[in-house]
Amino acid sequence: MPEETRIITRRLHERPDDSWTVGGANATGAYEVLRDVLRAGDPANIQEQVKLSGLRGRGGAGFPTAQKWSFLPAGSFPRYLVVNADEGEPSTFKDRMLVERDPHQLIEGIVIAAYAIQCNLAFVYLRGEFALGYDRLLQAIADARTLGFLGTNIQGSGFDIDLVVHRGAGAYICGEETGLLESLEGERGMPRIRPPFPAIEGLYAKPTVVNNVETLSTLPHIMKVGGAEYAKLGVNRSTGTRLFSLSGHVRRPANYEVELGMSFRDLIYGLAGGVPDDRAIKFFIPGGASSQWLVGIDEHLDAPLDMDFVQQTFGVMLGSGAIMVYDETVDPVLVAWRLAKFFAHESCGKCTPCREGAGWIEKVLYRMSHGLGRPEDLDLLFDIGDNISPGVMNAPFIQTTICPLGPSAVSCVASLHKYFRAEIEQQYVGAAT
Amino acid sequence: MTFTASNRARAEEIVARYPRPKSAILPLAHLAQDQDGWLTDEAMQEIAELAGVTAADVLGTCSFYTMFKRRPCGRLVVSVCTNVTCLVTGGPEIFEHLEARYATDADVTVEEVECLAACGGAPALQVNYEFHERVTPSSAEEIVDEYKNGARTPRTVSGAHVA
Amino acid sequence: MSEKTTLTVTVDGVSFEAPPGELVIKAAQEHGIYIPRFCWHERMKPVGMCRMCLVEIEGVRGFPPACTTPVADGMVVHSQNEKVKKIQDGVLEFLLINHPLDCPVCDRGGECPLQDQTLAFGPGESRFVEEKRHFPKPIPLSELVLLDRERCIQCARCTRFADEIAGDKLIDFVDRGEHTQVLNFENEPFDSYFSGNTVQICPVGALTATQYRFRARPWDLSTVETSCTTCAMHCRGALQSSSNRLVRLLGVDSEPVNHGWLCDKGRYGIEWIHADSRIREPQVRAAGELKEVSWPDALDAAAEHIRSARIRGADAIALLGGARGTNEDAYAWAMLAKGVIGTDHVDAQMGDGLPAEFVLGMPRAEIADIDRASAIVLLAGDLEEEVPVLALRVRRAVMELGVPLVDCAPVEHKLSRHANVVARPVPGEPLPSHVRGQIEDAGEGRDGPVVVIVGRANLAARPDAVVASAATLAGPNTRFLSALRRDNVHGAIDAGLTPGFLPGRVTLDDAHDWFTSRWGAAPEERGLDAEGILRAAADGKIDVLILLGADPIADFPDATLAKEALMMVPTVIAIDAFLSASTQRADVFLPCTLWGEKAGTATNLEGRVQRLGRKVAPEGTAMDDWRIAIELAARLGHEIDLATVDEVTDALGEVAPAFAGVSAELMQRARDGVVVPLREHRDELVLRARDLSILADDGHGTSWDPIKVEGVVPADSTNAVEGSGAGFEPIAPGAGDPQDDPETAARVLEAATRAAAAAAEPDVPALHVWDATPSSTDTPGRDAYALRLVAGRTLYDRSRIVVETPVLARLTPAAGVLRVNPNDAGRIGAAHGSEVRITAARGSQVVVLEPDAGVPAGTARFDFTADGQGPALLIDAASPVTDLRVESIR
Repeated sequence: MPEETRIITRRLHERPDDSWTVGGANATGAYEVLRDVLRAGDPANIQEQVKLSGLRGRGGAGFPTAQKWSFLPAGSFPRYLVVNADEGEPSTFKDRMLVERDPHQLIEGIVIAAYAIQCNLAFVYLRGEFALGYDRLLQAIADARTLGFLGTNIQGSGFDIDLVVHRGAGAYICGEETGLLESLEGERGMPRIRPPFPAIEGLYAKPTVVNNVETLSTLPHIMKVGGAEYAKLGVNRSTGTRLFSLSGHVRRPANYEVELGMSFRDLIYGLAGGVPDDRAIKFFIPGGASSQWLVGIDEHLDAPLDMDFVQQTFGVMLGSGAIMVYDETVDPVLVAWRLAKFFAHESCGKCTPCREGAGWIEKVLYRMSHGLGRPEDLDLLFDIGDNISPGVMNAPFIQTTICPLGPSAVSCVASLHKYFRAEIEQQYVGAAT
Repeated sequence: MTFTASNRARAEEIVARYPRPKSAILPLAHLAQDQDGWLTDEAMQEIAELAGVTAADVLGTCSFYTMFKRRPCGRLVVSVCTNVTCLVTGGPEIFEHLEARYATDADVTVEEVECLAACGGAPALQVNYEFHERVTPSSAEEIVDEYKNGARTPRTVSGAHVA
Repeated sequence: MSEKTTLTVTVDGVSFEAPPGELVIKAAQEHGIYIPRFCWHERMKPVGMCRMCLVEIEGVRGFPPACTTPVADGMVVHSQNEKVKKIQDGVLEFLLINHPLDCPVCDRGGECPLQDQTLAFGPGESRFVEEKRHFPKPIPLSELVLLDRERCIQCARCTRFADEIAGDKLIDFVDRGEHTQVLNFENEPFDSYFSGNTVQICPVGALTATQYRFRARPWDLSTVETSCTTCAMHCRGALQSSSNRLVRLLGVDSEPVNHGWLCDKGRYGIEWIHADSRIREPQVRAAGELKEVSWPDALDAAAEHIRSARIRGADAIALLGGARGTNEDAYAWAMLAKGVIGTDHVDAQMGDGLPAEFVLGMPRAEIADIDRASAIVLLAGDLEEEVPVLALRVRRAVMELGVPLVDCAPVEHKLSRHANVVARPVPGEPLPSHVRGQIEDAGEGRDGPVVVIVGRANLAARPDAVVASAATLAGPNTRFLSALRRDNVHGAIDAGLTPGFLPGRVTLDDAHDWFTSRWGAAPEERGLDAEGILRAAADGKIDVLILLGADPIADFPDATLAKEALMMVPTVIAIDAFLSASTQRADVFLPCTLWGEKAGTATNLEGRVQRLGRKVAPEGTAMDDWRIAIELAARLGHEIDLATVDEVTDALGEVAPAFAGVSAELMQRARDGVVVPLREHRDELVLRARDLSILADDGHGTSWDPIKVEGVVPADSTNAVEGSGAGFEPIAPGAGDPQDDPETAARVLEAATRAAAAAAEPDVPALHVWDATPSSTDTPGRDAYALRLVAGRTLYDRSRIVVETPVLARLTPAAGVLRVNPNDAGRIGAAHGSEVRITAARGSQVVVLEPDAGVPAGTARFDFTADGQGPALLIDAASPVTDLRVESIR
């Protein structure tokens, strides 16, 4: 029987009734690591340990965290740390849980990161709809301030750190880091052209690191055991544990923290209990709505949760760690349409291919999923997709758009084409006769 | 409508949090919506003045975000997810039911929204950004009615906790 | 190791050198390769939004936009291979799925970049079978600009222009994704003085101008390149007509002047020349009434008035005006007044400028100097109101190039919030001496001159304090840029229409003999300026007053004095196009041509002489001013042998020392005009190898493509054949255009160089130099209960251009508003919008009070309008300042 490896979810499981309070957190060792880190007074060592840990961003792109920090230009201040808590990737619900149920762990991670990169002002960009998370995070910040882990000269270290929580207001694209920075500056959350990258010109055109909630929540544990020890968990370049949000047609939908390298099968069947009524899996989306799909065949189910392996082998991504399971009763065209509707709705409108293309894909898929499809629609969809993401099947994406939202809208088209072309064509044959 | 004296003080405190005042547009718009129940033109003009920008600039920013209501809406905003997990677990049926049920109810605005990050408890909805998971059409209606008749205390329209 | 100064880049197989930092799209364009684009505009920051310019770069994954990618050494770019063409097809198809395909009824049809690029790069047919996006048809963004949202392709050119260039972020993207639209805020229209530029740079027919909309089709237009002389900036433009009516003025990108932009007053202020109220035939007063007569009769009548007045003495004749005409007009009238009639009572300024001794002799800056200045000092009024496009240049220097701004305007204005130092002088008093130190501090660590933009911010105070302030700022590193606003006032006073001077910035004393030997005569003594002339007229000392496009009752700050003068003077000769408060007093009315109807040259506020284009035939029998002068001279017994306007230009270059080297031929080939004196600016000359003035001999333009104005399509021969003055090397045109003539260009340059150098010979009068020795100004103390009046110009000021141009007439702000500091308002006890009585020595009136924190305590701002009302009735030209008593009316 596969098991979870509860590291960043330990407190919330141990103290289900008060893990978010200062009492629950104190009782489970909150801020002990931070206190040691500040006492040690060695920011460079934090960077070194994170590098040794192999930690990669948990937001979706999987970029090595230590490397992201290393791009900050030496000696350039002020600089900012921005926490990406704008979780909006469909079927992903892990960051919301971490914020609502263990905000002190997040704050501890934020202060460790801020200390490592020597920044004095950090922002949490929290998804606007997370009202409960907002309340709890604000309370936790107030408590942390009282405890002396936020503010000036924290724990007598001479280090100042202030933390501002900034609520979003309903825009998925603000989860993209440059869209997030625009939004934080009071603008429309439209992604920026890169370069310059945020590490060079980020918030207020100053050097900025943007890290995800789960990434930062992992830092206290890396600093507790040491980077090398943490790196022993996981597989290949996918080290440590990750939270996977299981949803859809599974018996026990929930977040599961597992060591990377576990198979999809163990996660879906072992931990999440498999498909209700023991129906077959028709397809599953392995890394959030932006990813291309996998189907219920052994080759896919037995693949390891290894970011590089799944990308190189199947052209899919682990992305945000959301796994949506669909059983044999589901019409894949309907799911594709709903995904396209999401991306069309969330397209910021800045660049042409995404603004116009995502809407076009949605309109065609709507027809197809509502009995108005035409035989040529699949090829048309594929070519629209090709004009947004040339090659369509490339992983990582090639894009004609500014940011990855455009190609994300093409993933469902590519997946229909890859796995369900014959089935869809059959429908038209059936309709024609 | 413009900020009350105490909200004006809060607004100024919010502006001061940021290295640049323009950053305060989103939190100020939330504050205005909490106060007025929607985002009025007058509020956007006052926000513009506080942020040191034009009203067109504030409108440009605020209109990008779905949480800001630029038309009067009910005191209860019911956001029903129909995204890909809720899609196969009953979200659309809940949305249709509630939309029909409260179509003429001035207190309640029912809207279809994108994924709320509650897929572990799908189908899910929010009432003024308070989560309710594993709902059915009838339990959803019951929840909304409880907010309506005072059995439950709702947050504000922008999701602020009411003490 | 030093940085490489040029990089080698290959685009579509063509290799060339480009400077580091240059964007691929620009570098390619400079070398004749056009990469399609919609959002990119040369004068705005790249945003990479439309994705039309995606290219393939060898060794780079994906398809970066050419508009955001800087060149790199050895870079190999493909903009036309199969993969890139597929993307271009795709982007165009995306743009068209929601774009109406109604080009035949679209105002932009025929000159639309989207239409052109679809033809050149597009897929040819649409696969979009869904319903297009719909919006209600055009909505007004302002009185001047309409928006059809269905046509918008969301390139953000207009919104970026409004924010980045104009600083008027009154339009923005609203909503999101495919529902994104451009809008203004409810009840806050896009009232920018620069709004028309958004129509010009819109790459589709989404934005249209209320004035031009449905008036003409591009293929029916003919075009001439010209300068706008609505103010003294002289922005370059392309003037278009249809059926002998001016229908449109578009900005042309001139690097030293306007960067392609125009203000709305200049852009739309073209219709006034066709106004019904225009006087089209000569008139002579008979039995108290003006009656139409023939030109010979009118000229005879005018000459007879002058002749009989001269019997009493040339001093009995005075001339006001001349700023509205060309340099050639001004020169001919200077010759007539000073050489033929013999009077020096001549002034092109209307008492609202600065002394010619200062303007003609100050150490000058060019407009472009503000970009490299160590600091810009604004010793002038609100530039947006007076010389709008100069305000854009200052804004860019301050915001984009980081040049420190020292703001010494009398009241706050739009740029004030970006100023490093604000030092508002007390009206009528010179700047305190410590400001000089503040300027030095602001420019600390920066090379380049201190550029002082100097103008007449306050018509209610005499100009002495401005000159005294300038004197305190003068020094080896200080340069002055005039902000005098009126039309061609710099050309007029350069050409001699100012007392004490003869044409070419030389004084009467220095140049008397030089001009006597050329003209046969020149005045012996310095004459009166506008104020002196009006006072002399009021005192009965002037017999004939010549109004050369002048309306002193509307324009002179002291309307009471002007009215008195016009009432007292026995004879008025008006050379004008309209009956005004002043010219309706005329005894002889000679109708003259206006801008757009005449060729010649004009000189802008930096001393740049540029060619004007003649686009339409004159209304009625109107005659060029210079020709009227020559006709009158002949009737006064002096035959002047100048038959064409080009001959007048040549004469000016030969006779007037500051103009040495200027010739009609040079003006046809100097791309950016000529800054005079040429001998100090020869290295800035950029000559064209062919005469590209578009002006054909018949006065009509050749066909012309507005897209070229913004450089969207490379104008092959224009870009390829330019050479600059320093080491001029005509580049052989690739296409071998038979009209290219580099030999002539070289000869013209050589002749100009020789003539300019000859002007330094000792027998040529030396150019006047301003004596910057500070003089004391005598300003009375202000009593504690009075407010000192600041009367400054506004853009839509009820002048003829505004009143006679329907779209502008609607924009005139409410009159009779007095703005005072809120503390003063409190002291007066008057609330916002309440009526107060204001009283000065000249009179009293009731106005509406508006508290304004931008007005310094102790002062009051009252807009000066060109209608002889408001402050003009309070100002006494004899008084150094105007103090007001303000009382609340209860």
